[in-house]
Amino acid sequence: MAVVIEPILMRHHDRDELWKLENYRAIGGYAVLENTLKELEPDDIINTVRDAGLRGRGGAGFPTGVKWGFLPKDDRERYLICNADESEPGTFKDRILLEHDPHQMIEGIIISCYAVRVKLAFIYMRGEFYLGAKRTQAAVDEAYAAGYLGKNILGSGMDVDILVHRGAGAYICGEETGLIESLEGKRAYPRIKPPFPANIGAFGMPTVVNNAETMANIPHIVAHGADWFNSIGPERNRGTRMFCVSGKVQKPGVYELPLGLPLRDIIFDYAGGLHEGRTLKAVIPGGGSARILTADEAMAVNSDFDALQQAGSMGGSGGIMVLDDTVCVVQSTYIIAEFFHEESCGQCTPCREGTGWMEKILHRIEYGEGRPGDIDLLLRMGENIFGRTICPLGDASVWPVESTINKFREEFEYHIREKRCLPETESIL
Amino acid sequence: MPVELSQESREKIAHLLERYPTRRAVMLPALHIAMQELPLLDDEVCQIIADLLRLPLVDVKGVATFYNMFPTEPRGKYFIQLCVNLPCSLNGARHLLRHMEQKLGISNGQMTPDGKFTLQGLECLAACDKAPMMYINEEQYNHLTPKQIDEILDALP
Repeated sequence: MAVVIEPILMRHHDRDELWKLENYRAIGGYAVLENTLKELEPDDIINTVRDAGLRGRGGAGFPTGVKWGFLPKDDRERYLICNADESEPGTFKDRILLEHDPHQMIEGIIISCYAVRVKLAFIYMRGEFYLGAKRTQAAVDEAYAAGYLGKNILGSGMDVDILVHRGAGAYICGEETGLIESLEGKRAYPRIKPPFPANIGAFGMPTVVNNAETMANIPHIVAHGADWFNSIGPERNRGTRMFCVSGKVQKPGVYELPLGLPLRDIIFDYAGGLHEGRTLKAVIPGGGSARILTADEAMAVNSDFDALQQAGSMGGSGGIMVLDDTVCVVQSTYIIAEFFHEESCGQCTPCREGTGWMEKILHRIEYGEGRPGDIDLLLRMGENIFGRTICPLGDASVWPVESTINKFREEFEYHIREKRCLPETESIL
Repeated sequence: MPVELSQESREKIAHLLERYPTRRAVMLPALHIAMQELPLLDDEVCQIIADLLRLPLVDVKGVATFYNMFPTEPRGKYFIQLCVNLPCSLNGARHLLRHMEQKLGISNGQMTPDGKFTLQGLECLAACDKAPMMYINEEQYNHLTPKQIDEILDALP
């Protein structure tokens, strides 16, 4: 049985209408902000977040405090963007924060703005979050009315504004420089780095971009301190994560658990395990971009950033997709390849063309028209995309294809030879 | 009839123009506001936005057509967005897509001749624990089965 582990971000998520200010305040909401403005200097917060070792919960796992530290010490206007453009396949945690608990994230944003001396922050939310946009905008409006936002917040002399900005259906806006371009009213073409957003970001000014779950962690870290945060999870991988478990499990859902818990426990103890009579085939542990793990690999690995990286995959967005023995991995790879082709922004030729070619070849392998040599052709194509694009979408499109071929090559060969899926699988197409 | 944007929407956009650091940054918010009342993103709508943002038409059109939420072709009264990415497909989403194609007599991406439904299978909508799921306009439907889809679609006026 699953051990009961006290969640941090989702601790009060069984409360009714937590998205309303009165209910958030009833559980102590905005007390950390009030205390921060009275007792703490901005550098205290930066130091605490850095010492806590909080790593970004969006995908790359970059330490938040270090990111903040890259901001130049000049007096240019600067911006903070909360990235809630949640679009990575298999990821659905930001949605919960936006729809159910927006104030926690907003309090985190305001405290962060105080720390990094930002006066204008944006919540960039994917356009399809209709309910999330309504709830989050309503929460921002409530925060203004209560004096937590606007001019001279709680008499502290600090001004912070938040604009809720909706995207319009483009995965690439999750990439921070694509997001910044989109925010500026342009096509979301990622930028060449350097310069990094910390120096030249939104509107040409220093900018930090932090994920929604990262922001929701901030009030807790500031309230309880770096030592407390360092007591949760393994070294370099502190805190909890809102793991999103989906696919062939009995209880798909978001489970907030300490980083480093065995992946096996998350899938079998918390997400209810597989359906009756099924065996585990593979796990995609960090969103659609992550390299696939075989059942053996998945059962032996822990869920923190470093462990998954050492296992050849990544923690990514925290989206854990579970495949059982009924799933054809040629089909699952084809679906992911189709996604990357659809979502390639079209700026870099290797990605724009290569993602489409990979999709086409996987399509013909799946539909019994695969040719000898197609498997190696896919791998070569991957080599010609990988590392040759401005943003990581190119690399991300290669990882699922390359890793699934390397680990399940015989299943691809079976398709080319027999012109059908393995007999024990059930079509998901 | 020339396309007109209501005074209320113009005021909303004017308010945002004061709050954003640049006029151009109001592009997506302005398009979202316009799309609430105008059915189609055509040159006339783009021109209205271009005038408000003081940009050339080509800039607005070039940006608006990059994003897939702004319709460039007519959509039905009910816009069905069914997620067909991996977690939903693992739970039967693509079978549901074909079920709806047959039921409505259209292919993915098309509108029924009576203008009632547009069917669109699309990428991950970030509700994988509710798979398979869809939106009809802004209403979300979870854990769908063919029978439920029949009931939902049949009940729409």
